[in-house]
Amino acid sequence: MSATDLDAAATLAAPSAGDAAAVRTVGLTKRFPGGQVAVDGIDLRVPAGAVYGFLGPNGSGKTTTIRMLLGLIAPTSGSVELLGQSMPGAIASVLPRVGALVEGPAFHPYLSGRDNLRRADAADRSTDPRTASRRIAAALDRVGLTAAAGKRYRAYSLGMRQRLGLAVALLRPRELMVLDEPTNGLDPQGTREVRHLVHDLAADGTTVVVSSHLLSEVEQMCSHVGVMSAGRLVAQGSLEEVRGAATVRVEVETADAAVARRVLADVGLQGAVATPTGVVADLGAAEPERVLAALVGAGVGVRQYVLHRPTLEDLFVTLTGEGFDVER
Amino acid sequence: MSSAEVAARPVPGRQDDLGVGRGRLMRSELRLVFTRLRNVALLAVLSSGPILIGVAVKVSAPDSANGEGPPFLTSITQNGLFLAFTSLVVALPVFLPLAVSVIAGEAVAGEASLGTLRYLLTAPVDRTRLLAVKYLSIVLYGAVATLLVAAVGVLTGVLLFPVGDVTLLSGTTVPFAEGLLRTLLVAGYVTAALAAVAAVGLFISTLTEVPIAAMCATLVAVVLLEIFDQVPQLDSLDSWLLPHDWLAFGDLLRDPVALGGVAHGLLVQGGYVVVFLTLAWARMTSKDVTS
Repeated sequence: MSATDLDAAATLAAPSAGDAAAVRTVGLTKRFPGGQVAVDGIDLRVPAGAVYGFLGPNGSGKTTTIRMLLGLIAPTSGSVELLGQSMPGAIASVLPRVGALVEGPAFHPYLSGRDNLRRADAADRSTDPRTASRRIAAALDRVGLTAAAGKRYRAYSLGMRQRLGLAVALLRPRELMVLDEPTNGLDPQGTREVRHLVHDLAADGTTVVVSSHLLSEVEQMCSHVGVMSAGRLVAQGSLEEVRGAATVRVEVETADAAVARRVLADVGLQGAVATPTGVVADLGAAEPERVLAALVGAGVGVRQYVLHRPTLEDLFVTLTGEGFDVER
Repeated sequence: MSSAEVAARPVPGRQDDLGVGRGRLMRSELRLVFTRLRNVALLAVLSSGPILIGVAVKVSAPDSANGEGPPFLTSITQNGLFLAFTSLVVALPVFLPLAVSVIAGEAVAGEASLGTLRYLLTAPVDRTRLLAVKYLSIVLYGAVATLLVAAVGVLTGVLLFPVGDVTLLSGTTVPFAEGLLRTLLVAGYVTAALAAVAAVGLFISTLTEVPIAAMCATLVAVVLLEIFDQVPQLDSLDSWLLPHDWLAFGDLLRDPVALGGVAHGLLVQGGYVVVFLTLAWARMTSKDVTS
């Protein structure tokens, strides 16, 4: 047994196999030559089998992070592990198992869609050229491009280009898919199809990392999320965990606002604010049923009692700030 | 190089198929280079050179007494084979390097500007292997361009002028077949010169995401070196300038073949190839691909 074999065996037996992470980074940092820190010490953890929504405003460092994951950019410091192997050392054995769509599709304009896929397949040494035509036809079919396969890429619409980009990732079975803005430029049907595609991939056991700013999309597709802001990972975990970290607000509509406010403070709710129709306060750890009981018990005339669970969008705005300014 | 690397790190579950896919990227690259309309048009323009020169010489035979014009021009009317040499002499300083600069400039910068570079690298294609494939395809394009100029030169020469035994520059006469062989040798030497241009161009191509800039910079570099070669104050540098020995291929048309100039030329071209491929490799394997 050679030293390399021993190393491989050790990697397989490593404890990390137990809590398998498809993507794991430790202190991943990228400082560009200009001195700008695009990614600042982030610890990503994408559990195997998860659909991980990678969120953040424009310029928050998502794409730089994805490029570092795929070995396109060398990190200034920190480490990356993909599918349990350390990058960029294991590029040759890991990347064939990873499908990627990075910052939009890119193809040769003078080649047809099919020829572009043929070239993409030729670049991957792990695939069998004897099955290339069949796999290419299947990938084209899966993204609905069979009819346009012979057209030159330059004649493709934005949506068709995006589909062709997805087709490359589907040329062979993958264990991990990294999809940067996969629904960019797609019409509502196309967006739906991508959602189904991600769903199917996940059902087959593929881990999917989707970066997007279409939060409703992410909310429908993802089991886990990570939120980037100004180069930092400000939240990460399962959708429930991340949502749970945000405060639920209680809105009480009543004419006895002053009394209601006192009662809410008594049962331990904080951040009470008067509204034109009543009071709003943070629920915190309190049980909503008991709060209502306390209000009614104190004789407050409650017309309406609403719990506001934050949507992903509220959460996103809370974490990354409001407004259109590109942060750096 | 990279083939050994892949053999040492087989992709799990596919060991049985290892090797089946060898050379696919190279074939894909050659198809890309040789089917692109612009590149084919360049070859067509290059091969029109010998026809133009042939027709011009046929219509008004140059006055052998005044000795003007490119070398071998006056020999064409005696033997059509010399049209091939004349055409190569005319094409070597600018036209052939131009064609090679276009392909070389496009090589990495073109993929970067399209964005296809990031998809090649995540396929994954090893960066060293990508560079090797790119370099080989540029050199092959240069070889095809050179052979095309020589072949069209020979054909036009045969059609328009008398052919037969060839009187070499040293005065010896050799059979036409040997003359053809010498033509091949000359084409090989010209290809070696273009291989050096290709290395310079490939390096420049790794520096930018704008292919046209890489193309221009490469051609400008070649032309500048040709000008330096003519400046008397730089005589001491002369013999190390890339184009200095390019026209030494006349030595291959002597009997016996005079190797001095050609051997020195090959040595210098080889040096440029090694230095610039090393630079290109250093740049390629360390650069952040943000395109």
